[in-house]
Amino acid sequence: MKAATAPVQRPSDARLLVVDACGRLSQRPRSALAETLAPGDLVVANDAATWPASLVGTHVATGSAIEVRLAGRASLVADDVETFSAVVFGAGDHRTPTERRPLPPALTVGDALALGPLTAHVIKGLGHPRLVELRFDDDADTIRAGIARHGRPVQYAHVETPLALWDVWTRIAALPAAFEPPSAGFALDWRMLDRFAARGIAFATLTHAAGLSSTGDPALDARLPLDEPYVISATTVAAIAAARRRGGRVVAVGTTVARALEHAAARPGGLHAGSGLADNRIGAATRLTVVDAIVSGTHEPGTSHHALLAAFVPASTLARVDAALDAFGYRTHEYGDSVLIERAHERSRGDAETSRCRAVAAEAALAA
Amino acid sequence: MTHSEPARTALRVAVTGGTSGLGRALVDAFAARGDAVAFVARDAARVRAVAAAVPGSHGIVGDVADKDSVHAIALQIGGALGGLDVLVHNASTLGPVPLALLADTECEDFEQALATNVLGPFRLTKALLGLLASSARESRDRGVVVHVTSDAAVTPYAGWGAYGASKAAFAHLGRIWHEELAPHGVAVIDVDPGDMDTPMHAAAIPDADPATLKRPRDAARELIERIDRERAAPRMADAR
Repeated sequence: MKAATAPVQRPSDARLLVVDACGRLSQRPRSALAETLAPGDLVVANDAATWPASLVGTHVATGSAIEVRLAGRASLVADDVETFSAVVFGAGDHRTPTERRPLPPALTVGDALALGPLTAHVIKGLGHPRLVELRFDDDADTIRAGIARHGRPVQYAHVETPLALWDVWTRIAALPAAFEPPSAGFALDWRMLDRFAARGIAFATLTHAAGLSSTGDPALDARLPLDEPYVISATTVAAIAAARRRGGRVVAVGTTVARALEHAAARPGGLHAGSGLADNRIGAATRLTVVDAIVSGTHEPGTSHHALLAAFVPASTLARVDAALDAFGYRTHEYGDSVLIERAHERSRGDAETSRCRAVAAEAALAA
Repeated sequence: MTHSEPARTALRVAVTGGTSGLGRALVDAFAARGDAVAFVARDAARVRAVAAAVPGSHGIVGDVADKDSVHAIALQIGGALGGLDVLVHNASTLGPVPLALLADTECEDFEQALATNVLGPFRLTKALLGLLASSARESRDRGVVVHVTSDAAVTPYAGWGAYGASKAAFAHLGRIWHEELAPHGVAVIDVDPGDMDTPMHAAAIPDADPATLKRPRDAARELIERIDRERAAPRMADAR
């Protein structure tokens, strides 16, 4: 796959590779997502707005230039903005691929970091030379103002143009919570929400603090995604229950939605409204209990996003998906094309549906 | 208390132009009844002063007319309030001062009036729409966006060209937003508070007798009553 290099959220030629529950592939224009889903389905999106989480500044003790990328926060409580986990790079900016970015100077507890109008102190190391917990010195309003005005969106070398906040906020961005955009939501606009409603497709949101997708450091990348706080409202829990009752599918827009819903559902008492800290990893061994289908960007094998798709379909189907994305020239990364993957019958509903898929396959073979 | 009413849920309110005139009176009045208020204004010292004078309010320094500032403002509003039930677009500019005939109005002054009175509020509503809609989904009440307009938006007063034309566009913008956002539980209303004793009025009509003008405090009270009525009004068939 090739990288999408222009920060256009909804290019008119964006494509959607659809994988149905029998593993059959088809292609649609992504703008036809509403027409691809079925009446009765429920679409759940992550409405997190994205912080400008890249803060350039100076490691005060050495005078070295650094870039701090805010990466995590314990909760989404409004005034809980003093303490963040963060990945720290040495000099340079997004135009240098992260894997070639120098380490920051050795960071020790108590070190001051001058970040534009803000000052932060390292309060804890997190087991890697780049990963620390830091605390800003100011009150919440001043911290938010400082980040809002000094920060830039976290950005990678495949997009050269400096990003503005409007490039990374989805159309439905609400509470500032994410450190990188929940970019599957780039597919949505308000016209599409109206079309969902017109087709009897329900829509709900949750807020999940999507974290960094890459640091360029293999040891650190293996720890991604870090723990991510989320909030699920009673309205959304009720919408999921209603979709279940009418036999509709729960369609997660983005891996963060799948992670939050499956984490919440796995807690004692099952899915209920409230906040949580997602520390789960979704992969081939995961038994999905809430999410029936996922809209996601196209991800390269080896990433945690790609691994998550293995919870929906067997490895053989995922291999066919990867081959199709390559063969048809789908664009990858946050401004790229998308997939809609329905959980395979054989991974959810048992033998009856699996044999129905076999019948479908046999029919198709006969027709061909 | 001798009778029990269900406790009113505190609103989350944002007001632009919150350090003087009607905006300041709204910040005071919302805060006085326990609502969470974030306000926006350009002058950092005045923002600090009002934030210090009104406990629990959140002062945000920014210029709504500046495209590059709008998302930073929206981020601070959402971050401070954790949601948004009411957005009051109160900040505005007269255009050229002293007021000028259209024939004497510099294009740049007219552009500035459009940026402050039309494009800025458009951008800010757009940046806050996710927050307004998600708050409305979680509430029985409607979200409310207020466009503070003027009789100059309706009546063509000579000498009020940049202001009147931009306010007319602003009012109509609100009416179209209202049609489009109704299914999402957000009402957009325009309100003419009348001639008030404010710095802006003094700039426009320096020799007006303040005693003949409405006090911003009274206009703020009326506006909040209207907002409460709009919040409680029945919603159209929900987008969900």
